[in-house]
Amino acid sequence: MVGKNRRYDNTEKDATELKNSISGQEPMFVFGMGKTLPLANTCLPMCAQQSISIPDFRYTPCIDQVGVEERAARFTKRSIKKETKLQGLKLALSMIDLTTLEGKDTAGKVQQLCYKAMHPHDALPGLPTVAAICVYPSMVKIAKKALEGSNIKVASVATAFPSGQAPRSVKLQDTKFAVQNGADEVDMVISRGKFLEGEYNFVFDEIAAIKEACGPARLKVILETGELTTYDKVRKASDIALYAGADFIKTSTGKIQPAATMPVTLVMLEAIRDYYYETGIQVGMKPAGGISKSKLALHYLVMLNEVLGADWMNNHWFRFGASSLANDVLMQLAKEETGVYQSGDYFSND
Amino acid sequence: MQLPKKKTPKALKFNATFTYAPAPESKSHVKLQEQYGLFINGKFEKPNSGKYFETINPATEEKLAMVADANAKDVDKAVKAARTAYDKVWSKMPGKERAKYIFRISRMLQEKARELSVLETMDGGKPIRESRDIDIPLAANHFFYYAGWADKLDYAFPNQQPKSLGVAGQIIPWNFPLLMAAWKIAPALATGNTIVLKPAETTPLTALKLAEIIQESGLPEGVVNIITGAGATGAALVQHPGIDKIAFTGSTDVGKLIQRATAGTNKRLTLELGGKAANIIFEDAPLDQAVEGIINGIFFNQGHVCCAGSRLFVQESVYQKVIRKLKDRIETLIVGDPLDKNTDIGAINSKQQLDTIKKYISIGIKEGGEIHESSCAIPKKGFYCRPTLFTNVSQSHRIAREEIFGPVLAIQTFRTDDEVIEKANNTAYGLSAGVWTDKGSKIFNMTSKLRAGVIWANTFNKFDPTSPFGGYKESGFGREGGVQGLSAYLKSF
Repeated sequence: MVGKNRRYDNTEKDATELKNSISGQEPMFVFGMGKTLPLANTCLPMCAQQSISIPDFRYTPCIDQVGVEERAARFTKRSIKKETKLQGLKLALSMIDLTTLEGKDTAGKVQQLCYKAMHPHDALPGLPTVAAICVYPSMVKIAKKALEGSNIKVASVATAFPSGQAPRSVKLQDTKFAVQNGADEVDMVISRGKFLEGEYNFVFDEIAAIKEACGPARLKVILETGELTTYDKVRKASDIALYAGADFIKTSTGKIQPAATMPVTLVMLEAIRDYYYETGIQVGMKPAGGISKSKLALHYLVMLNEVLGADWMNNHWFRFGASSLANDVLMQLAKEETGVYQSGDYFSND
Repeated sequence: MQLPKKKTPKALKFNATFTYAPAPESKSHVKLQEQYGLFINGKFEKPNSGKYFETINPATEEKLAMVADANAKDVDKAVKAARTAYDKVWSKMPGKERAKYIFRISRMLQEKARELSVLETMDGGKPIRESRDIDIPLAANHFFYYAGWADKLDYAFPNQQPKSLGVAGQIIPWNFPLLMAAWKIAPALATGNTIVLKPAETTPLTALKLAEIIQESGLPEGVVNIITGAGATGAALVQHPGIDKIAFTGSTDVGKLIQRATAGTNKRLTLELGGKAANIIFEDAPLDQAVEGIINGIFFNQGHVCCAGSRLFVQESVYQKVIRKLKDRIETLIVGDPLDKNTDIGAINSKQQLDTIKKYISIGIKEGGEIHESSCAIPKKGFYCRPTLFTNVSQSHRIAREEIFGPVLAIQTFRTDDEVIEKANNTAYGLSAGVWTDKGSKIFNMTSKLRAGVIWANTFNKFDPTSPFGGYKESGFGREGGVQGLSAYLKSF
């Protein structure tokens, strides 16, 4: 049994190596899931690298609810103190997408928020700025101008946010409008209705089309996990978004409860990890909605640190979609500095 | 659509930029005496032997206290005290009165939970997170649960007129010192027996704290006696003619000695011994949660767990994925000061046990196993072992057959359900097993064919006072916990 087993392993390995040495690559995949078109020998000299292959989304990995919730709870048991806390708070601040997504948004409101983004709390020197401002497409131009000269990105929601109930042409136009107005990042919503109907190809194609329309802008794909209801579905939607070309996957619009939770975020981080293992392509994560306290933000950072590690611990690959988190982080930072908690009146509400 | 090119992923980097500052739990509130006597007849007494031995903190190798070494005369005194208490008080007391004392002990354990958990960690080396969140609360829960049964024995065993046995001699191991004391004491008290308990020589302190709690609770004198000592003390207890029942948790070798010693006597016996549990991962399992289960299965309490999932069977189709995830996961385990709230893996319980683990690691390498250890640093002082995985392991390797009782996992692969059932059952032990699959019917098929006392499906190392625990084959006999745990301390007609 012993020898046989080991031989079996070796045989497998040898066969794979043999296959690679002959063809130099896996079969190419054409657009669409599960459909493969072997082109192996036709482009042998040109394609040194393999293209990623798209899995069949009917068979995405399953998630055990009890297990994932237990694991998420374990991260909250880490004790974050002293210099780690200070480092974590500053990191959290730098990862915030300061957000205003209301029907009553005006140029004045957006400009104020942009100033806050650049100057979170000038009374405390040495603070980072937030990562981005997140607004509706109509406000992109205003935000872009207000943030001139800073490194802060402008993210725009698009694709008939938050419901996504519009024809593709409208969504594409929405996206192009945002990008033409200067958006560095586009936060799209997936068609949850189609997803729940099992139209995974539709959802995939739509994300791929929006990605194309984004051009150089980075695409964040909002799954709206509160409407997907199970972790299995969150994982499935994550995989579809990842393989369709998302630069970020994002939990929520903030308009639906529950928004981001730690277990949901963990499921998505694990999907990102599996995608990275498989393709070597790094994708970012943005939990959004419901994270308003520093302590919770630190728990998320611990989770990120222990699931994806150091390469993701920066605002290029991780964001918090939040509006009230910034002031709580600032309050905690001030407390670390002065030793006492200050009144909320000392921090600007924008 | 142009599909992106595959790149070779870089290794994930853990604890590189965001490392956790030390967060040690304070030990200032732990009140320790320099020297502890034997708890006999409600009082701490000097040992007849006049001898004491030291108990150390395995994380620092510093002495914590001196503890009395009971000889045969001390054992005799304790057994006689227990007999007197049984005859005069405890056997006559109505169940509802006994229950009051057991409830009181449970509440006092909860009140002193913080001190007990810190002490448990200091004496045994387990991480404070585990003693705080698992050991101590679970110990209190056992008392709480069995207190409820004390006046309902006739309902637990209808028409059987259950009666207590008399004096129970109980010998417990060093891996869960207070919890094992609770597992033993609570059902024995609820069923109306009196007790002589001997904790392990490396971890006597929480049992002695429990003696103080019992004293404070006003439990009639002599109902619970706690004597300390090494193997000779245990042997004297087993051989004492005044004992009606022996309950032992520990190694299979000692269990066999005890069974020989009690053969031909009227002593009843329950044994909870070693294990070499199979943790089985099917291709349709929730893999990320299964990896957590594997980690929890083998690294919980540094692997000092008789039901540890020390043999991992992975279906070949997901083998590479699981191994990669496991290797990344062990990099995130924090090994070090057990009192630090962030520590995942604390100190090995004793020098002797560390030597045993090291011996098995070198055996594993010699046998051709491929070793993979976490790259973490370990403290210079104290007894520590990095979390260790062995791949390329065969069923006939000693590391896949013998209980290591440390953070060492032997990984094998399988192809079919029948194959893994055969391999999983092909062991001298049969305490526990784990099955990971999303398919319910497969769970039922596996659990009905695996020969193990406890089988977890899509989880591992879950304990509850209401659930019976015990083994098949050389993992022992008798059940602890639940209604079944009562019957080990009762005779019925």
